[in-house]
Amino acid sequence: MPADSTTQGQRTAHEKSMATTHAANEPSPEQIREHGLYEKLGLTAPEYEAVVKRLRRLPNYVETGLFGVLWSEHCSYKSSRKYLKTFPTTGPQVLQGPGENAGVVDIGEGVGIAFKMESHNHPSAVEPYQGAATGVGGILRDVFTMGARPIAFLDSLRFGPLTDPHTRYLFSHVVGGIGGYGNCVGIPTVGGEAVFDESYRYNPLVNAMCVGMLPADKIVKGIASGVGNPVFVVGSRTGRDGIHGATFASAEDPHEKERSAVQVGDPFLGKLLMEACLELMETGAVVGIQDMGAAGLTSSSAEMASRAGGGIELYLDKVPVREDGMTPYEMMLSESQERMLVVMEKGKEQVAFDILEKWGLQIGEIGRVTDDGMLRLYFRGEVVADVPVMALVDEAPVYDRPTEPPSQAELAARKIDEDELAQRIDSLLQGEATAATGRAERTALEELLRLILAHPSVADKRWIHRQYDTTVRASTVVGPGSDAAVIAVPGTTKAVALATDGNGRYVRLNPRVGGAIAVAEAARNIVCSGGKPLAITNCLNFGNPENPSVMHQFKEAVAGMSEACLALDTPVVSGNVSFYNQSRGEDIYPTPVVGTVGVVEALSHATKSGFKQDGSSVLLLGPPDAGLDGSLVVQLLTGRPQGDAPRFDVDAEARVQSVALALIRRGLVLSAHDVSEGGIAVALAEMCVSGGMGAIVSVAGALQPSVAERIGWLFSEGQSRILLEVSQDHLDAVLTAAQEAGAPCAVIGRVTGNSLTIVDTAAAGAATSGASRTAGWEPQSEGADVWLSLPITELEDEYKNAIPKAMEH
Amino acid sequence: MKWAVVVFPGSNCDEDAAGAVRRVTGDEVDMVWHTTRDLSEYDAIILPGGFSYGDYLRSGAIARFSPVMEGVKEAAEQGTLVLGICNGFQVLTEAGLLPGGLLGNHHLQFTCGMVELRVENANLPFTSAYQEGEIIRVPVAHGEGRYYADEPVLDELAMHNRIAFTYQGEVNGSVRNIAGIANDTANVLGLMPHPERAVVEWMDSVDGRRVFESMAAYHAKRGVVHAG
Amino acid sequence: MKFYEVEVKVWLKKSVFDPQGNAVEHALTGLGYEGVDKVRIGKYMQLLVEATDEAAAHDKVKSICDKVLHNPVMETYSYTLAEAAAEVSV
Repeated sequence: MPADSTTQGQRTAHEKSMATTHAANEPSPEQIREHGLYEKLGLTAPEYEAVVKRLRRLPNYVETGLFGVLWSEHCSYKSSRKYLKTFPTTGPQVLQGPGENAGVVDIGEGVGIAFKMESHNHPSAVEPYQGAATGVGGILRDVFTMGARPIAFLDSLRFGPLTDPHTRYLFSHVVGGIGGYGNCVGIPTVGGEAVFDESYRYNPLVNAMCVGMLPADKIVKGIASGVGNPVFVVGSRTGRDGIHGATFASAEDPHEKERSAVQVGDPFLGKLLMEACLELMETGAVVGIQDMGAAGLTSSSAEMASRAGGGIELYLDKVPVREDGMTPYEMMLSESQERMLVVMEKGKEQVAFDILEKWGLQIGEIGRVTDDGMLRLYFRGEVVADVPVMALVDEAPVYDRPTEPPSQAELAARKIDEDELAQRIDSLLQGEATAATGRAERTALEELLRLILAHPSVADKRWIHRQYDTTVRASTVVGPGSDAAVIAVPGTTKAVALATDGNGRYVRLNPRVGGAIAVAEAARNIVCSGGKPLAITNCLNFGNPENPSVMHQFKEAVAGMSEACLALDTPVVSGNVSFYNQSRGEDIYPTPVVGTVGVVEALSHATKSGFKQDGSSVLLLGPPDAGLDGSLVVQLLTGRPQGDAPRFDVDAEARVQSVALALIRRGLVLSAHDVSEGGIAVALAEMCVSGGMGAIVSVAGALQPSVAERIGWLFSEGQSRILLEVSQDHLDAVLTAAQEAGAPCAVIGRVTGNSLTIVDTAAAGAATSGASRTAGWEPQSEGADVWLSLPITELEDEYKNAIPKAMEH
Repeated sequence: MKWAVVVFPGSNCDEDAAGAVRRVTGDEVDMVWHTTRDLSEYDAIILPGGFSYGDYLRSGAIARFSPVMEGVKEAAEQGTLVLGICNGFQVLTEAGLLPGGLLGNHHLQFTCGMVELRVENANLPFTSAYQEGEIIRVPVAHGEGRYYADEPVLDELAMHNRIAFTYQGEVNGSVRNIAGIANDTANVLGLMPHPERAVVEWMDSVDGRRVFESMAAYHAKRGVVHAG
Repeated sequence: MKFYEVEVKVWLKKSVFDPQGNAVEHALTGLGYEGVDKVRIGKYMQLLVEATDEAAAHDKVKSICDKVLHNPVMETYSYTLAEAAAEVSV
């Protein structure tokens, strides 16, 4: 073992190794260059030449492999880095920004909340159960690696239409995999989203978020510092699974890739590894620790050394392996799950051995920290790779890829086609031709509401979260199905509010506004649940970055997100980019997904979205809107998204959120719900169904508005709007507060009865109007123009049974 | 009163169970690692929920060979209260401390959510704070909760009032809707639902509290057997 | 010492409802396969067992199956045992 040899001595060993290792069955450095084999290892020709120039020699097979994975899009962010640097990442609440395994925010009382979201799209397309399960396992390790005890998972999912049998297969197995892993490790899965759209048919999105808590002053980092400190690999043995997963994630079509890249998760081992690592970190003897995720030992060792500005050397014979005859290349690139790389303080080795033994886990002391800036690998007494850490990590290529905005013709084609819309509405009305005029309109609107409630993207997601353990850890104050989940933070009087959001349809129509809306909606969800948004994580799911129009979407979406992050004071503390989400030549909708963490200062602030009290008032906080840009209703009527993104003004958003949070904290709000997909009509229906109570809502309208105008009022997805349920006693206080803050706020209805009824009171000629403080309309009022009226049981039937029915096939 | 919560590799409701006991009774709770052999100092032992040994062979099948299970058996024979929740129930059946077994849910999916239970026997040391026939709300979270036993065993359970809780409606396909049963000396109880997740208002139900209150009341009535 | 390759099958007793088998049977019918009945799904396990002779190997495997690999309350099992080829190494 030449561990003690001088640099000079190592150089000799190195040169000797060049002559011997590749004499086996690996191609020689010359063959790699001549036959362009570097392409199979993930490098383009110019990238390979850059490596040769940097090393001033030809890299051998192992070295080429190291560069291939570390310079992959997945590990190096080479296409996105330019833009990611523009995200706001700082603030007094930020304890750890991007660059570590997870971000950390301060919630007070000495508690930090660590969180991150990560995509596992491509593995899930090929093997949905294991793809999703290992996604959950990976993000779990990223969070506990910070020294944080995980307290919650959320999952943001996108699939094709449920009418497609393959989509149903992907969907049910992804849900099964998330539950299979999360339930076993005993962390509740408390929220997320599921969206179903043609755009994701061949390229589903599986984004998993994990949230953990830790003492604010005890953040553990992924750093390999302290020359001579020992390096351990702990957890599972290393096998040949998942080799080239990182490059595979960045490849164009997952289905063309070999299935051998699929990794299999072991949640039981994951749980033991979590407990063992938390116990180990508790001793204070851990210098640095990192998950061996994508590109396994390669990325963990190189990145940890890079953060310390030093080097690392590994003796690969000491890696505990699961299979015979593994080569250095295979060991370095294996993506076997449930493994961590740990750097301990020298002299504290036994601490690690004892704790890992207690938990029955593998541990191998495989190397040590150096200060020469090299990643040096030994195998059977030979140096098999010797490359500068800086070259692998910090000097990875950065691409300024061409961007191209949509042409005028494309933009024109996106405009809402008013004629087409009118035609669709006509045929909808004719479908109700048996009813009398007037009655037909009402029936058509009722039909539309049913249709949207039964759309799987809107419908109740209980089919999904019934398969997740949502209450383990006995801390779930508000589980899935409300605007945000609320989880009590043990040892404090506080809770955290957690939400994910993203809308690919909006971003496709207007990347800048769509990106901003994703941030705003996630924050609004937190506010509706009684939390103050603190910071975000994100998964930026986009198509092929080599396509200039995709790069334009990316650039604009990042800019829009940044603007909203600044306005709402929610910096980005972690995240990930997933490019090449495309299939059969089609890029997915650009889909940035945002995960937001907020602090709920007292459990009594936790607010749900279901109506709570008969006789209370329903208020609309935020600007009125009847535009149909980007709305789901237009997509349902015409078969495609149309128009601009919904109306959005970031300053109005900030005002609305700050008023809503203040009102909730003052105890003036019974329930709150964000107006999002499906507009006010859907938001009202959801509040009725969750609360098991009806409502009468009156619209202050022009007399007899057209059907299209009614549809606009009911289903507009215009942003910055929140429905509040307020008892009569607090009505004045709420309206005054909103007025003082400059946020529009109007009483629109009352909680009562067993139906959701929406009427235009102006038509009744009554004195009451939408702006009225008391919403005095009664069902028996003469001549009132009833837009729609549906019993809760019917709403509930559509809403709750849509997904179960679709999955019965 | 001194409580033990057993921790197997893969237990994940151990802290929840201990937390519920502390919250409800204010008593002392020890977390007991699965290698511990002697449990004689405890007045009540809880086998918590989770996935002991990953539940890879069968739920609870490996955990029952842990050294701690010898201690649990001895304690049960001495009359110590033993409560098995979810995976703990599965371990108790595998260990033969309770009859029958638990199979995969009939709908083939994990199921989580609040369910209604009927208290079938309110005279057990674990149920005395309830009323017989009372309907309570307690969450479930399991993939393998379908209770199975053959007819003679079921008749025996019914005849001797050993069925503690039944589900109101179909939850997992359990025979006779059984959610929880006791042993023939009534000091060992296993149930699939999680009473420890229904002990404070914000948990959406406090109906689980009375399991722990009943156990504490039983212990108090029985007098201090263990002098420590 | 000799090595024996053992294959163990564990399945639910006839009297116990097998929802997995039931679902697969239903699917097969749906796919147009007629005359398929009584689908049951069980577990298959492989073991390499070291023992002095075949009788000892049988004793060992029976004990493992009875005590660990199957739960007699609801499962039943069978196994096959054959001496492993000489080059088997552990």
